[in-house]
Amino acid sequence: MGPEVFNILYQFLVNFAFLLFAAMGLILVLGMLNIINLAHGEFIMLGAYATTLSYHAGVPFALAIAVAVVGVGVFGMVLERLVIRRFYANKLNALVATFGISLILSQGVLLVFGPYLNAIPMPFGGFEYGGYSYSTYFLVLAGGAFGLLLVGWVFFYRTRLGMEMRATIQNKDMARALGVRGDHMDTLTFGLGAALAGLTGALYAPTSTVVPLFGQTFIAPAFITVVIGGGVNPLMGALSSAGFLSAISTPLSSQLGTFAGRIGLMLAALIIIRFLPQGLSHYLQDMSLFGWSRLVRKTRRP
Amino acid sequence: MSASGGPSTKAVTRSVVGDPGSPAGPGLLWRLGIDGPQSFFAGPVFWAIAAAVVVGFLVYPVFGSVFLASNLTNFLLNVPLALGLALLWGYCGVLSFGQMAFFAISGYVYGILAINMGGDDLTLAAAAMAIAASALVAVAFGYFMFYGRVSGWIIPVLTLVFTLVLETFLGQTAGYEWKIGEALLGGYNGMTGIPSLAVAGVEFNGFTFPLYYLVVALVAALFVAMRMLANSHFGHVVVAVREDLERTELLGYDIRRYQLVVFVIAAMLAGLSGVLYVSWGNYITPSSAGLLAATMPVLWVAVGGKTSFSAVAVSTLLLGLISDSLAVYSGEFAFVLLGALLLFGMMFAPEGIIITLAAWVRGVIRKGQHP
Repeated sequence: MGPEVFNILYQFLVNFAFLLFAAMGLILVLGMLNIINLAHGEFIMLGAYATTLSYHAGVPFALAIAVAVVGVGVFGMVLERLVIRRFYANKLNALVATFGISLILSQGVLLVFGPYLNAIPMPFGGFEYGGYSYSTYFLVLAGGAFGLLLVGWVFFYRTRLGMEMRATIQNKDMARALGVRGDHMDTLTFGLGAALAGLTGALYAPTSTVVPLFGQTFIAPAFITVVIGGGVNPLMGALSSAGFLSAISTPLSSQLGTFAGRIGLMLAALIIIRFLPQGLSHYLQDMSLFGWSRLVRKTRRP
Repeated sequence: MSASGGPSTKAVTRSVVGDPGSPAGPGLLWRLGIDGPQSFFAGPVFWAIAAAVVVGFLVYPVFGSVFLASNLTNFLLNVPLALGLALLWGYCGVLSFGQMAFFAISGYVYGILAINMGGDDLTLAAAAMAIAASALVAVAFGYFMFYGRVSGWIIPVLTLVFTLVLETFLGQTAGYEWKIGEALLGGYNGMTGIPSLAVAGVEFNGFTFPLYYLVVALVAALFVAMRMLANSHFGHVVVAVREDLERTELLGYDIRRYQLVVFVIAAMLAGLSGVLYVSWGNYITPSSAGLLAATMPVLWVAVGGKTSFSAVAVSTLLLGLISDSLAVYSGEFAFVLLGALLLFGMMFAPEGIIITLAAWVRGVIRKGQHP
């Protein structure tokens, strides 16, 4: 593989992993609960804080990630019980309420922990290839993104809970009539979405300074990914949308800078919603555009 | 309930006096559409209070200081933007986090034009073009959203993304390649030295009273105009769009066009606020389109009561004053409190705190009248 090709592939994988990690929890909550959590970025920030604080308290990095996943997951479940479940009837009110939560969290963290935390050193070091230098950690993250998809697939298509979740997405009332515990499922789903945000924050904590506005770098790309992916099939939506968007933003960012990549993402989102307003996952499932969507459909049989 | 048993819709029976069903026939305000079924507050008591408030604002400079009047101007000039969001969200059912983006677009465009064309009467042309720029962007952006018939949650999410992308864009405009004519966009430090609006030698800046009077007059006029719009045929269709998209469409209305028009009106009102803000402070920074700034309009409208222009105007002014006086002690603390207000407001008074309180008071009074 030539160095130029490897460079493009590397950038693509980095962008893909970023979008996938940023959006996975959000898209799951959208598909299952039909609400958008505007505090998702702040959940990611909490994950980064939990990891960084535990790391500096002497916890090894791998364990610090687990602390963040469990901590933010539990926080999400508590929040669902206390607040979120009041808003299932009104999506727009849910958006506004979670916007309030996001304000409280980001400003509250700024108040309690100050403007920044000491960074975690990036693990694994780096390597050089054909005149470009790379960090191994980002490749590990890209591998992690595919790992997450694999775990998600096993969870959705090979476990009972995953099957109940898919049933809930397809027809909530019917799933409940057939014995899926609705309120437990809601709490669990929101907690799972929060845990995924915590994981994202934990994994990306070593890549930049941990500040109270840490989540803000994630939210714009995450929202675009979710808008394009749609919640009909969280796995398919996240995979297709993150792939599509990183194919657009990678050449733009490497030629014209990060900002051009961001603009490209937004324009792509506008054009996609004009013609495919339900999101990619809806059409992939309906029209079986690719062989693998038929594959997924086949495996859906219990 | 009126004695003649007039129209039985909830909205009509809400207004007490000047009701079209009363034996004397519809009052003047009803016939003009200034009071109507889409206005929560109406009747002589309300208008007496409103007139007293306007008179209070007009005589305030007699005993108040220039400094306080200037502060008050800063809060008042947000009212058009908030009224626009009330029309869009409260009446049309479309939530947008993009009001501050249109505020910033208009502010920056006004700044670029005013710096290049010089002050004086030409600033009016600059203001008109700035508001037109906001409208143009809103048409382009709104077309994709409304004509794609996206589901309701996509619009707030995309407008929020749009606002954040705009902030990032404006933030990276430091350096001389971002000099447009004489105007330097200035990156995160923003654009400075923008001339204030001026007409016939009178300058509307933040240190003297003319801008204050202009803003008070504009807000009062817009308030009446918005009520007339809401109670017109157009306003009723807009409310129908909020209540039921499919049904309104089956009645023959192009719902996409109504949504787009309301979105553009809201963007123009936000643009007006942007121009007034730049005229007030002579500068604008990208933080106008930041996440915190984008929160504010939603906060004002949600806490006041999105279906009432009166409640939104009051809450915009009050919350501006409150957050400003809190921020003197601690900005972060002020925002935590505002966030809590938004969250608990949505949990316990989703129709708005002012509206909920007013409905409760009205209920108590009615109970007293008919035991």
